[in-house]
This record gives sequence, C-alpha cells and structure tokens, in this order.
Amino acid sequence: MSRAWITAAAGLALLAALPFLTSPYVLHIAVQVLILGLIYTAWSFMGRFGLVSLGHGAFLGIGAYTSALLWNLYGVTPWLGIPAGVALSVLLALVIGYPCFHLKIVGHYFALVTLALGQVVALLIVAARDVTGGSLGMTPKAVGTSLYALQFPNRIQFYFIALALWLLVLALRHWVSFGMRRAALDAIGEDETAAAAAGVDVMREKLRVTVISAAVTSLGGSVLTQYLMYLNPETVSGVGISLQIVFAAIAGGMYSALGPTVGALLTLALTEGLRILFGTQFIGAANTIYGILLILFIVFMPRGILGVIEDIPLSRSKRERVGPAQSAGG
Amino acid sequence: MDIFLLEAMLNGLMYAGLLALLALGLNLIFGVIDVVWICYAELVMCGMYAIYWLHAFYGVPFPLAAAAAVLLVALLGVLLHRIIIDPILGSAPINQLLATGGLLFFLQNFATLLFTTDFRNVGIRLPSLELGDINIGYARILAFGVALLGAAGLYIFLARTFLGTAIRAISQDREIMGLMGVDARRIYLITSAIGGGLAGLAACLLVLQYDVHPFVGLSFGPITFMICVLGGLGNMIGGVIAAFIMAQIIAIGGYELSVEYSQVLAFLVFIVLILIRPQGILGK
Repeated sequence: MSRAWITAAAGLALLAALPFLTSPYVLHIAVQVLILGLIYTAWSFMGRFGLVSLGHGAFLGIGAYTSALLWNLYGVTPWLGIPAGVALSVLLALVIGYPCFHLKIVGHYFALVTLALGQVVALLIVAARDVTGGSLGMTPKAVGTSLYALQFPNRIQFYFIALALWLLVLALRHWVSFGMRRAALDAIGEDETAAAAAGVDVMREKLRVTVISAAVTSLGGSVLTQYLMYLNPETVSGVGISLQIVFAAIAGGMYSALGPTVGALLTLALTEGLRILFGTQFIGAANTIYGILLILFIVFMPRGILGVIEDIPLSRSKRERVGPAQSAGG
Repeated sequence: MDIFLLEAMLNGLMYAGLLALLALGLNLIFGVIDVVWICYAELVMCGMYAIYWLHAFYGVPFPLAAAAAVLLVALLGVLLHRIIIDPILGSAPINQLLATGGLLFFLQNFATLLFTTDFRNVGIRLPSLELGDINIGYARILAFGVALLGAAGLYIFLARTFLGTAIRAISQDREIMGLMGVDARRIYLITSAIGGGLAGLAACLLVLQYDVHPFVGLSFGPITFMICVLGGLGNMIGGVIAAFIMAQIIAIGGYELSVEYSQVLAFLVFIVLILIRPQGILGK
C-alpha cells in the first residue's frame, strides 16, 4: 500500500510541475486529456456496472450549451451557468433514468434509448439555430483573463483547474465504487433480479450512479467549452461524440480508476499524431482508425489497456505468493 | 381539413413503408442472432454510395446498379457477422452492440475519407403524382410499394419455406435447434445476408429521394432504433405498426414545426409510449 502512495505522490508532483516543464502545445494537450479524462471517467461510473449509455453526448451538450448560452445571452457568469447545466442534465437523467430503471429497460434497450437521447439533444441544438448558431457552432464572448467569466487565455491557470476537477472526479469514483455501494452495484451488473432479492434497492442505486455520471459529464462539457472557447453540436453532442466517449473509456479500461484517462490520452495522441502526419488533407482518417481499434478492443481486450496491464502484476504477485508456499510444502 | 397537412400525412405514410423496411431488417437480425446492428443505417449508406458511383458516375443502368447494391450490402452483412459478430457471439450482448458501434464509426469516417463530406445526388428525378392540390413524388410511392413487397416477400419466405422455418425456429430456441440438426452458424450467415439485403433494398429507395453523404445514416438510424424498441425488439409486426406511428408523428410534426423539432417530438412520444408499454406495442 505504501508503495502505491509513493507512486501516487510522485505522479501528483509530476502533474503539478508539468506546466513549468513543457511547451504550451504539450500543456494544451494535457488540459484536454484531463477534461476529457474526467468526462470518460464519468461515463465509466455507469459503464462498469453494465449501464452502457450511448447518449452521454446529451449531457455533454447540455453542459456546454447551457453555460455558454447563459453567458452570451444574459451575461450570467459560468459560476452559475455551470451548475444550471448540471441541474438540467440531472433532471434529464432522472426523466430518462426513472422510466428505464423502473420498467427494467436494460442492455440493448437501454443502449438504444440513450443513443436516441444523444441524437435528440443534438437535433434540439441544431433546431434552435437562432440562439445556438445551429451546426455552425458558437463562441462564448471573450473578455480576456477573468475569474468571473472563467476565462483564462493563459493555459497554466486552466491546467490547474482541470487537474483539480480531475482529481475530484477520481475521488468521487472512489466514493461511488467502494464499500457497500460497490457491492450493490456489482451485484446489479451481474444479475439484477438476484440483487433485488438480496435486498438491494436496484432502482435507487442505478438512478444514483446515473445522476452522478450525468452531472459530472455536464460539468466536463462546460469546462471544455470554457477552455476551447468554441462549441458546435457535432463536437459536444450527438452519436459521434457519444460513441467516442464509450470507445475511449473502453480502450483505456473502464474497470480501472485511470483507465478512461488513459483512453483520453490515447485518443488525443492518435488524433494529434494523425493530424501531424497527414495534415488536414485526410479528414476522417483518425476516426476511421478509431473505429477499427474500437472493434479490435471489444473483440480482443474488453477490459481495456489498463485492465490488461493491471492483470500482469496481479498474476505475478500471486505467483510470488504461491511460490514460497509450494517450496515450503516440497 | 388542411390540404397541405393531408399531403404531409400521405407523404408520411409513404415514408412509413421505408422505415418499416429498415425496422424489419434490424428486427430480423435481433430476433434470430440476438445482436443489435447499431451500424445498420451505415450499411444503407454504403448501398447508397454504391448506387451513386455505379449509376451516376459509371453510367450503369439504375436497375442493375440497384441489384448490385443489394448484393453488396448483403455481402457486407455476411462479412460483418463473420468477422466481427461471430468471434464474440459468446460474450456479453452489449459487447456485440459496441463492436458494431465501432463499425459505425469506421464506415462514417472511411466514407468521409474516400468520398469527402459532399452531398451527392444520383441524378434521377421522378415526377410527382398530382391529386388535385396534393403532390406525392413517384419516388415515394415506389419506395412505399417496394418496401411493402419486400416485407411481404420476407413474410412469405419466413412462413412458407424450409429455410425460413429453420430461421424462425432458431429465433425461438437456439439450443434445441442444434439438436434437431440445424446448423446455427449457417442460419446466422443467411440471416445476416437477408438483413444486409434489406438494408441494400432500402438504400435503392432512399437514394431516389435523398442525397447521399457519409452521415446520411444519422437522419434515419436513430428513428429506426426507436421504432424497433417501440415495436418490441425482434417483433416484426410490432415494428411495422411502430413505423407507421413514428412516420406520422414526423410528418405532421415536420409540417407544423420543423424537421428537427419533429424528430424531437417523435422521441418524446417514444419516451411516453415506452413508459406505458415498455415491452413494445405488441410485446407480451
């Protein structure tokens, strides 16, 4: 355990020192990895317990557009706009989650319902083109460096904001995933009826994890918009981004704490690498490769990269433990 | 009654045929193989591109191009099953759905890479049928007729032929059928081919009405899923009824509001209906 703590402390120190060590470009990537990482982690809250949502773009889009629209139209500070987006996302999560869980809509059905949900939010954003700018997207009004507007053209402040939020979400994951609650959720993931028979309030547990996941995703959407200062329906809502969230979380390993973040790192590195390699002349190349990788991951490594890596030392330590016992016996 | 509303409703009726055809293909796959092809609309997109290139670019006569597209998409269905679904048939159902999600991503973006995001029109303009003040495009009437014929053909095939009986039997009890001497793997491949072929047929009809572009699948994919869930996944007759309900909502909503809001409206109706009958309209 102490070795894990030392590793964690060293990792944190490295993360804290990163802005002073690297180029602005690397920092730009790092901020995005942290924000996307926390969004993907939020998805895995549900995903790892068998609630596969193909519509998280809905919450991402609501978060991004609520805070940006409130700021642009009414000058409401994102400090209020972001909670407003989170509240809307939670409301939507309840409106969709309650009937789904109440009526035991699971597996394929749940995935299809959420897929349609993501598409509908994207359509709503496009349909309200008078205020949202439709498919052309929109830019939050820039005011330079301002804590009130949550705008920091200098990346360093944003890096620390993203880092703090990311750590908070990891802590939240720890809170959601351990103790009785985890046992209850694991039981639900395995066999709902049996879990209910064992006294688990299936409905309540599922709603709880869905609401938390939606809230964090919405928060991530708002923060991503504040950082990128541009949003459009394609990049923050709809089927494309919803599947991208699923892919990154699975590729990184949704059962590991850092898995989804590794997924974010992997997908961003891939996009950036292909962009540098091909320039902009091959639009779609990066996502084409994403698609192939997603299929390969599902077929060959459903536990993700980190899942596979974690399995290796685990089996080795088991062998170590077994080793002396055997020699003692022999 | 408002004559334009009537026109919108009639057009909605024609559209329902197409949606029913799409839902039939998806339901067949789900009912028999127990897999959801999330990328179903993207298979349709492949078929539409095939017709566009064969007919508009290389000048192949439309019926031949259409036949080629049906065969091509049927082949894609077989490959999809053989390469992606078959190896993971034993794992969690959601994994199969996600793997086809990866294929959706791949097909959309590969099409972007190959053909760019340009909207392409196959260049066939069928005239409109005029009934007084009401105009209905022959392309829509043709689509409705062919979709109904396709559905009827599928019904007869499943009900009357030996192979169709085997397919229906396996959808009812896959363990027992193996003991009865039915080769499940072969049935799955045939079903995938038929499912793909239905997507190809839908492509032939859609390409007469809509431009093809890499993301065209998004304009009818999600609505097809809603229809299948509403009709009860795997329930073909339920799917057909749901298709007619949803098409009317979209048609009337599109007339009264806008295209995007009509889809939003359809989704809201979907939520309400699924609340009332989660097992689908005709589900037990």
